[in-house]
Amino acid sequence: MSFIDDFRAKWREYRRPGYYEEFDYAWTMTIDLDRCTGCEACVTACQAENNIPIVGEEAFAKGRQMQWIRIERYWEGEYPDVKLRFIPMLCQQCDAAPCETVCPVSATYHNQDGLNAQIYNRCIGTRSCAVYCPYEVRYFNYNDHHWDAPLDQQLNPDVSVREKGVMEKCTFCIQRIRQAKDQAKDDDRRRVRDGEVQPACVQTCPTQALVFGNRLDPDAQVTGLMDDPRAYHVLEELNTAPSVVYLKKVEVDAV
Amino acid sequence: MQSDARDISYADVNRDVVRSLVETGRTYYITLATAITVTLVCFFFPWFYQLYYGLGAAGVNHPGVWGTYLASFIFWIGLSHSGTLLSCVLHITNSSWRKAMYRSAEAMTLFSLVVAATMVMVHLGRPWFVHWALPYPNQMELWPNFKSPLLFDVMAITTYVTGSSIFIYMGTIPDFAAVRDRTTGWRHHMYVLLSLGWRGTDTEWNRLGWAYTFLAVLIIPLAVSVHSIVSWDFALSIVPALHQTIFAPYFVVGAIYSGTAGIVTVMYMLRKYMDFGQYITKLHFDNLGKLLLVLSLIWTYINVLELFTGWYSGTSTEYEALNYKLFGYYAPLYWEMILFCAVAPLLLISKRFRTSFVPMLILSILINIGMYTERFLIVGTSLSRQYLPDAWGLYVPSLVEISILIGSLGLFVTLFMLFVKIFPSISIYEVKETLPEPEDAPDPAPQIGAPEWQPTR
Repeated sequence: MSFIDDFRAKWREYRRPGYYEEFDYAWTMTIDLDRCTGCEACVTACQAENNIPIVGEEAFAKGRQMQWIRIERYWEGEYPDVKLRFIPMLCQQCDAAPCETVCPVSATYHNQDGLNAQIYNRCIGTRSCAVYCPYEVRYFNYNDHHWDAPLDQQLNPDVSVREKGVMEKCTFCIQRIRQAKDQAKDDDRRRVRDGEVQPACVQTCPTQALVFGNRLDPDAQVTGLMDDPRAYHVLEELNTAPSVVYLKKVEVDAV
Repeated sequence: MQSDARDISYADVNRDVVRSLVETGRTYYITLATAITVTLVCFFFPWFYQLYYGLGAAGVNHPGVWGTYLASFIFWIGLSHSGTLLSCVLHITNSSWRKAMYRSAEAMTLFSLVVAATMVMVHLGRPWFVHWALPYPNQMELWPNFKSPLLFDVMAITTYVTGSSIFIYMGTIPDFAAVRDRTTGWRHHMYVLLSLGWRGTDTEWNRLGWAYTFLAVLIIPLAVSVHSIVSWDFALSIVPALHQTIFAPYFVVGAIYSGTAGIVTVMYMLRKYMDFGQYITKLHFDNLGKLLLVLSLIWTYINVLELFTGWYSGTSTEYEALNYKLFGYYAPLYWEMILFCAVAPLLLISKRFRTSFVPMLILSILINIGMYTERFLIVGTSLSRQYLPDAWGLYVPSLVEISILIGSLGLFVTLFMLFVKIFPSISIYEVKETLPEPEDAPDPAPQIGAPEWQPTR
């Protein structure tokens, strides 16, 4: 009855309290809204790194733009006294992600790095993950996209090009994380060092508003920033346990 | 026994039902041809285009990733709910008025489920991989996600389709036998196969009775669970207007409501075009009308409760969702739904209304339009107003979606038209139970005469 024993062992393992909190790494991003200028360099970098299609004017008008990271703009106040606020919004890599429970084929799941991973090949396109996601950061391929002649040469070979009918979203540049881990293994190190891996958006941010790292590492830069009194999660009341931490903008008037 | 005694005999029942199967008029062929054309042109053609182009052919966009396909799916599942469920409830409560109508009601269940399953295929981004949602053994040791409400759906609906197919088929076996003995040619051969060698012995009747009652009892909780589970697709999300515990009873009541209205429509059609005026009488419309009235009141109550829950939550997101639903872009549709499903059915209080056929037909169609609107609003308005205002949007169905919606009706009608020529659409043996036994005249086919078994009394 090796099958039963096997199953029991797995069951015990999965039911162990704290199993889901134990990660090899817990990749975290902090976004300092005080530093963010809303320049959208991160958006462009992401687009280039992850083979995100440019959908074109017509599809954009229909509300089908693909931006794994987007800058949300909010206007505050009435005309003469207006304030513009913006906040970069990307997949929060929730530890208790609503999107993971709803996928009938487990195309989206939590990996051992604490990332909310998406398997494009497994996706059947029910789009329920996008409905369940309160941050609205999942993007669906409404049709096949193509890159005109010279542009197809610039596609990133480390990232797949997604087919029509597939959901996609920010991966924290999982291809870079993999590379860093491989590198660490080749160098006979067990762990990836802080600062060794950066997603495209973090790498590009001119004001270094975005910081990326492993929050399990007590010396990492993100771990320090997470203790900042300005730190908060977006929609924290929904208990999704996001891995992206925002640092509140300092109000000059309020000081 | 039926109160309005009709002077029809056992032989008349046999003759009438067999006639409905064998004699086919012009109207039938014209309707069938139209239905098939509509199905091909409005359903399959746009669907193939969508398969080729991608889901972008539909109007779905970023916040509104679910569209009318899902609304149609809920609608058809809902429509399926009254047939078998109603038939089962009426069977175990021994309501004899069920007997003339239950066969067509059950067929409606079955075909609605077929159309609903097709709508799922249309809804998916990559329907060619739909089998991945089934737990089949495979080399990769990949299982579907058992935590997913969508997977509960797959399970529940598969079970429901299986259960209702067995139920309708089993209940028809004696009738297949009756028709077998009165037909010739290829029809005879077909019914020989379908009747599974039914001879009409006491033992057979006894077993049929037991199995039938057993299945009826089994199907009732199943039917209730199916639509509860469909509602969990929505209620288990954290979308403001959808995350409500009232959703399961809301969907179940809505399903039975629209299903009952659907039965009224189908019965009117059968009465009118299949000449079943003697069997489907005012009594049936009266009783169904009462049922519709009760259901409409429950439905209205739950609707008010839904609004109350949103208001009572006191959160800005719920307020916004509520506000958008009541006064937003789709507000006219909301008030149309209230008019058709909550206000208009109050007419059913009058018995004169319940027993007049054409007003009942109109009302039943209005109710189903209203119920479709309800499903559309659940999908169309809730997703547009979620937590982050930056991601608010508007979903408008595209032509492809509207065409597929019309085509799905065509598909349903096609299936139903084929059904009425294969299945005896009125239960021969159960209608006979309601008639006085013949005194001296021997029945032309004694072996399928009045059944000896009594349903559990």
